[in-house]
Amino acid sequence: MIAAEQLTKRFGGRTAVDHVSFAVERGEVVGFLGPNGAGKTTTIRLLAGVFPPSAGRALVDGLDVVTSPLAARRRLGYAPERPALHREMTVAGFLEFAAGMKDVAGRRARREAVGKALDRIGLREVADERIGALSKGYHQRVGLAQALIGDPPVLLLDEPTGGLDPAHSLETRRLIRALGEEHAVLVSSHALAEVEGLCDRVVILHRGRVLAADRPAELAARLRQTSRIDVEAAAPGDALVAALAAVPGVRHVDLLAPANGHARCRVEAEPGEDVRARLAADVAGRGWGLLALAPLEASLEEAFLALIGPAEEP
Amino acid sequence: MRKTLLICRRELAALFGGPLAYGLAAVFVLLTGYFFYSDLVFFVLFGGASLPAGLWRFVFLDYRLVALLVLPLLSMRLLAEERKLGTLELLWTYPVRDREVLAGKFLAALVVYLVLLAMTASGPIVLYALHPFAPGPVIAGYVGLVLLGTAFLACGTAASAITENQVVAAMLTYGVLVFCWFVSWNEAAVGEAVAPLLLQLSLFDHFYGFAQGVIDSRDVVYLAAFTTLFLFLAARALGTRAWRGVV
Repeated sequence: MIAAEQLTKRFGGRTAVDHVSFAVERGEVVGFLGPNGAGKTTTIRLLAGVFPPSAGRALVDGLDVVTSPLAARRRLGYAPERPALHREMTVAGFLEFAAGMKDVAGRRARREAVGKALDRIGLREVADERIGALSKGYHQRVGLAQALIGDPPVLLLDEPTGGLDPAHSLETRRLIRALGEEHAVLVSSHALAEVEGLCDRVVILHRGRVLAADRPAELAARLRQTSRIDVEAAAPGDALVAALAAVPGVRHVDLLAPANGHARCRVEAEPGEDVRARLAADVAGRGWGLLALAPLEASLEEAFLALIGPAEEP
Repeated sequence: MRKTLLICRRELAALFGGPLAYGLAAVFVLLTGYFFYSDLVFFVLFGGASLPAGLWRFVFLDYRLVALLVLPLLSMRLLAEERKLGTLELLWTYPVRDREVLAGKFLAALVVYLVLLAMTASGPIVLYALHPFAPGPVIAGYVGLVLLGTAFLACGTAASAITENQVVAAMLTYGVLVFCWFVSWNEAAVGEAVAPLLLQLSLFDHFYGFAQGVIDSRDVVYLAAFTTLFLFLAARALGTRAWRGVV
């Protein structure tokens, strides 16, 4: 549905997007993740046909956005990061204008398309309000509504929850999730938590290049440099640390603050080593009560920071 | 064509939804009304027998100045405002061609200008009712004003396509138009060889014929070419997003 093939965009001597390739299928929500300035918006603009790539191809529903621009654009809905709205128009008037521009033929069909978008985004009660009189949250939603007009199979949403309060942000994520069942949705974000819960797959972009692309959980697991396990036992703290440090495959042990009078340690294993069974056997073998043995999952955020380097947090 | 009209209609609604169009209309009507009155008084006192030479020439030359003052302020927002709001970027993702966007915008400004010109017709109509005259020179003058205003608006559209700042767009339009007016003023400065060429290129020299009641095909072609050139430049300015991005 959406395909970037070796997409490259240069502005003067600066390369904003560098041989980026990925695909989004129908029924899939793909998160486009990266720090500010990574090239997310430029890539989305290339896919939306705002400007042509310097090299490579952008395909929407199999149509090249450069050689078949109008046909490709009929199949996509785009919501820019900053809601682009005519503030003097009413919400319904603006959406009807968008319907006309998107070739929704016939007045009745346009009205229906507008009604559907209003209901879907929850804008019915402000349909006749001037956009300029509405709050920032509503602006974001009107921007999303115009992207849905004409029911395009491809949705390109650039930071769709930026500027929304937590309740509206959650609501919007639910909506995007629902849209993902029948559309191909590409959502850009620099909010890691948002992408982790929302997307089927994540493409991580940094300095115009794709650093990684996978399911959020797998990406986090794959990029986990070491596996860490928290161990809680009815044992003296120092003795527990010494015992666990001697277990084969353990790289390092830290003593944590005790919980309920029990010693707690964080064990860092060598990469690729699963030391859980050995840890359990060692603790039990010494006659200590093993109260907890909990592997720590690396979050997408940790994976992301590991990829781009700690100095370049988003 | 349908999308051109849709963009034109939206632009007209935006223009008349705010104070700009009304403010410009007020200035235009007041100034043209004043010029018509003062030129008429001058003609009655000193003008002699010939209406085209004694009245219409002065009226249309004065109207030309009002158009020069007002039209850059009308065209300045056409694309600059859309660029600033980000709606131009949105339009680029809709199935619409750049030339349809340009045509819609330009047409909207032209419609407003024609409405403004129509309002100035009240003076000649009242005069005709009191004292019938040959309408030819007046029609020629209005044809000239329409063509000249179209050229002004094309220049303003191109300036508005370059920047997101409306004031910069207006200043750029004034700069180009005033230069095209002054270019032939000082023949001594440019030499005998270049002066006739500059005279041919001077925007305002091509209006004198119309003001005197003469529709010369060379003037029509010149003004049409000027309009075409600047609309072409406007299209090129929109195309610069390919290398300068969305700014």
